[in-house]
Amino acid sequence: MNEFITITIDDQEIKARPGEYIVAAARRNGIYIPTLCNMPGVHPAGSCRICTVYVNGRPMTSCTTPVAEGMEIETRSSDLEDFRRSVVELLFIEGNHFCPACEKSGNCELQALGYRLEMMAPRYPYQFPERDIDASWPKLIKDHNRCVLCKRCIRTILDEEGHHIFAFRYRGHNLQITIDPEYGKNLTDELAEKAAKNCPVGSLLYRGKHGFETPIGQRKYDKEPIGSDVEKLKKVKVS
Amino acid sequence: MRKKIIATTSLAGCFGCHMSFLDIDERILDLIELVEFDKSPIDDIKKFTRECDIGLIEGGVCNSENVEVLKEFRRHCKVLVSFGECAIMGGLPALRNTVPIRECFEEAYLHGPSVEEANEEMILPNDEELPMILDKVYPCHEVVKIDYFLPGCPPRADLIWNTLYALVTGEEVKIPYEVIKYD
Repeated sequence: MNEFITITIDDQEIKARPGEYIVAAARRNGIYIPTLCNMPGVHPAGSCRICTVYVNGRPMTSCTTPVAEGMEIETRSSDLEDFRRSVVELLFIEGNHFCPACEKSGNCELQALGYRLEMMAPRYPYQFPERDIDASWPKLIKDHNRCVLCKRCIRTILDEEGHHIFAFRYRGHNLQITIDPEYGKNLTDELAEKAAKNCPVGSLLYRGKHGFETPIGQRKYDKEPIGSDVEKLKKVKVS
Repeated sequence: MRKKIIATTSLAGCFGCHMSFLDIDERILDLIELVEFDKSPIDDIKKFTRECDIGLIEGGVCNSENVEVLKEFRRHCKVLVSFGECAIMGGLPALRNTVPIRECFEEAYLHGPSVEEANEEMILPNDEELPMILDKVYPCHEVVKIDYFLPGCPPRADLIWNTLYALVTGEEVKIPYEVIKYD
């Protein structure tokens, strides 16, 4: 059996490892597919749908679809871009995302996707849902206004024995992230900081840090769009 | 060529977007060669004197006066541009959208720490001269049709300049990544 299989992404033949997900194979080859809920090395959730691509003409989430020999994948077209933008717009109108007042602004992945996909204003009406802020934990502040329910905290924050600390509670539009009361009280600084770092938006804030420390102009997505690091790989390879 | 006519206003905004507009610095001399201002805080003309080519709207819609002004702008301007987060999504004034309006009023006029003793008769402002406050702060495009959006809090001066230049001259302008920001 071959070590690599061949797939085509945007008319370009690339080598992929059997079993790896489309999004990972694309990134290794300098092709950036926008993602939000996905994190490299973490079991995919496929919940945000932003990474949708056409696989042999059918829309599939590239973070949950493993590569297969001879796949023909299209990652960019005007309807895919518009579809992705509409998902980002839905996330913006569904919560209360006040970027000017958010500590994560400039380092926020949802915002960065808005910039990259050139969202100027959402096409849907704002919902302004009534949501609370849970500031009862010693190490963390949990702001449900900003949560996009990506499950990253649920999937990545575990104690030494592998117990989950975060979970979902309620259903439908009431769905929210909750913290196990015992674990929440005794959360280590290390895990609290990791949770805040893994949160793509400003929904989980670590109390050990000050907000707005990095000046405007020096934040992660101030100068370059999200995905630039992936696309640079390609430029180096070509030259 | 006839100079293009611009009108601007600030609805439920802080005038920060207008300040950012002034941040185009010396380019304001180029601008004044290209455009004339009509109703605007910049020249202090209070009422429309003619039909305008471009209307710039700062701030969201929080009361009945904002609705009227915004509709007047739509009637008088060929192209209407929302500039700033407040015009686009309500911005910080919209923080009150998740709180019932009565609670907001009571906090502001009856129970807030700075008014508790000052307002002995417990009056909520109710003079009929005052504009009626709306149940929520609305983005401008949910009230009238808006043609273009300039995000930012405030929108960067370069974004305002590039957009105005493009609208006035009809030339295509490339807008750099760094100037489109939501904060």
